[in-house]
Amino acid sequence: MQGTAGKDVIVTVLVAAVLIWALPLMVGTYTLTVLAIYAMLGLSLGLIWGFGGILCFGQAAFFGLGAYTYAIAAINTGESTLPMILAVIVPCVFAALLGAMMFYGRLGDVYLGVITLVVTLILFKFISSTAGPQYTIGTARLGGYNGIPGFPTLNVPGRPDLFIWGDALYYLCAVALLLVYLGVTWFLRSSFGRIAVGIRENETRMSLIGYDVRARKTVLFAIGAAIAGLAGALFANWGAIVTPGLFSLSQSAEIIIWCIVGGLGTRFGPLLGAAGLGYLKFLLGQQSMINNTMLMGLILVLFVLFLPRGVVPAAISVWRASIGRPRRAGRAGALRRNRRRGRTDG
Amino acid sequence: MDLTVVIGIEILYAVASLALISVGLAVVFGMMKVINLAHGEFMMMGGYATIVSVNLGINVFVAMLIIAPVVVGLIGLVVERLVIRHLYGRLVDTMLATWGLSLFFIGLATIIFGNTTTGISTPIPGVAIGNYQINGYNLFIVVVSVLLMIALYLVLGRTRLGLIARGTMQRPDMASSLGYSPERIYMATFFCGSALSGLAGAILAPLVGLVPTSGGAYIAKAFITVIAGGPSLIAGLVSSASVFGVIDQIFTFALSPVIGEVALLIAAVVLLRLLPQGITARFFRGRM
Repeated sequence: MQGTAGKDVIVTVLVAAVLIWALPLMVGTYTLTVLAIYAMLGLSLGLIWGFGGILCFGQAAFFGLGAYTYAIAAINTGESTLPMILAVIVPCVFAALLGAMMFYGRLGDVYLGVITLVVTLILFKFISSTAGPQYTIGTARLGGYNGIPGFPTLNVPGRPDLFIWGDALYYLCAVALLLVYLGVTWFLRSSFGRIAVGIRENETRMSLIGYDVRARKTVLFAIGAAIAGLAGALFANWGAIVTPGLFSLSQSAEIIIWCIVGGLGTRFGPLLGAAGLGYLKFLLGQQSMINNTMLMGLILVLFVLFLPRGVVPAAISVWRASIGRPRRAGRAGALRRNRRRGRTDG
Repeated sequence: MDLTVVIGIEILYAVASLALISVGLAVVFGMMKVINLAHGEFMMMGGYATIVSVNLGINVFVAMLIIAPVVVGLIGLVVERLVIRHLYGRLVDTMLATWGLSLFFIGLATIIFGNTTTGISTPIPGVAIGNYQINGYNLFIVVVSVLLMIALYLVLGRTRLGLIARGTMQRPDMASSLGYSPERIYMATFFCGSALSGLAGAILAPLVGLVPTSGGAYIAKAFITVIAGGPSLIAGLVSSASVFGVIDQIFTFALSPVIGEVALLIAAVVLLRLLPQGITARFFRGRM
């Protein structure tokens, strides 16, 4: 196993290096930066939903929280190293608390969905209502609907006058995405990751074997939030402004659509779904014939109806059926069966 | 004294409007175990149906109480045939598919009506209570909501149709062996649920400036009211709407409307944590 793991890492790094080098030749780095950020966000939900079986309707909450944390901390400190670290830690701790509340209460799928959705809404409503001058954290005004503009963007650690922007920001985001991807790969190969998949498949069995399902789900949830927070901080740097729109329901919906389209139970699927649909959205933004929201909705409905496994697992199974050698049963298939059972819990 | 009456009416109105915006979702979820996340958009379409009809010169009450429910009911029928029908028994998938539908309808409404606010004036003048002026239309909403709950109770509990519907929801195989087609009953139930959503949207339309994304304001409230209500349809709806409506209004009066909404949502999270099966799983057991 150790040999294949090493080989996988080398192949991933090589493919990523070629992509990072080649893609700017076709698409502008400004667009590519945000696609890499979206991919990271997609991966964060892909991890907890596809491998942990936790359907979170509010992944945007952690994304927005990361972005806001970065903006507020950057204004207060005037540089970017500490804010970046805080932008990962704050959503992570928030998710750990929220997750502990939900998982220790043994809430079912639907209730989990409702609570995460509601929490996103609470944040959206609260942040939107903070237009008044009394809402400040340190020297940063929260700014309500208008958001927070003009915070210091990313700089080289220890050199507040050396900003990372433009092409450099693209390479930074791409490398960050690669590192997160490798981290997720390593995580899933570790015993913790394997047990998480076991919990997804059969929670009762895993807890009877003796694993503390509640604690493990909480930790997984927090890790997903940390990745989303990192993506949020990078997004704040890319956009140079944070607005309550980051917490909106449509943002959450988009993340879910990426995962469904790309394919659950794979690492590459949500990444591809996020980058692909992000690029599609960018192209559609340049014309006014078709409404973007309508098309996204249609894509989600059609995928749920006709290709619920997503593009990547379907492509893998087609490839295996035609030329590839048969291997162990796909993980995506197992997840699919699990989802199909459609528990109602009351 | 006058202030007490006004606050009382406001609380009553908050409870009634919560029940009103949740009733369509409650019928579809309570009876069919399908969560319709496009519920808010059904309400939005009910609102647009009303506004378009009124602009065409139709009486506002006819537009609200007849045209909007029928139009939205028919849209619901199409949705059920094309999408929901294939997903019965797959709760998470229906949630995702209807979320997709909700985005689709928002986009469609944006294309047709544009991303601007439209509205009609309230057809009922204000009422003076002592030194205070309250919105007469709020009283109308309270009356409609009470009548709707009574009607729902009578139809489900006292008619043969309601009996068949409830029976099918509990044991579709048994109903079908007795000669009723579950497929058609599901279809009819979804039609009724959509029509109720349309009605709610239409009745609330004069109070809000309508935009294609208006539905988002309703869905979360409706969703938590229904889920927190629990298995009994009407008792659950009334009890959870009362809890949330009272909390919302108390905080609105004490602090601000935004804090009121946030308090409502936090109360919902706490309530779901304490009673994950909903209020009626513990209290009012076995009622309808």
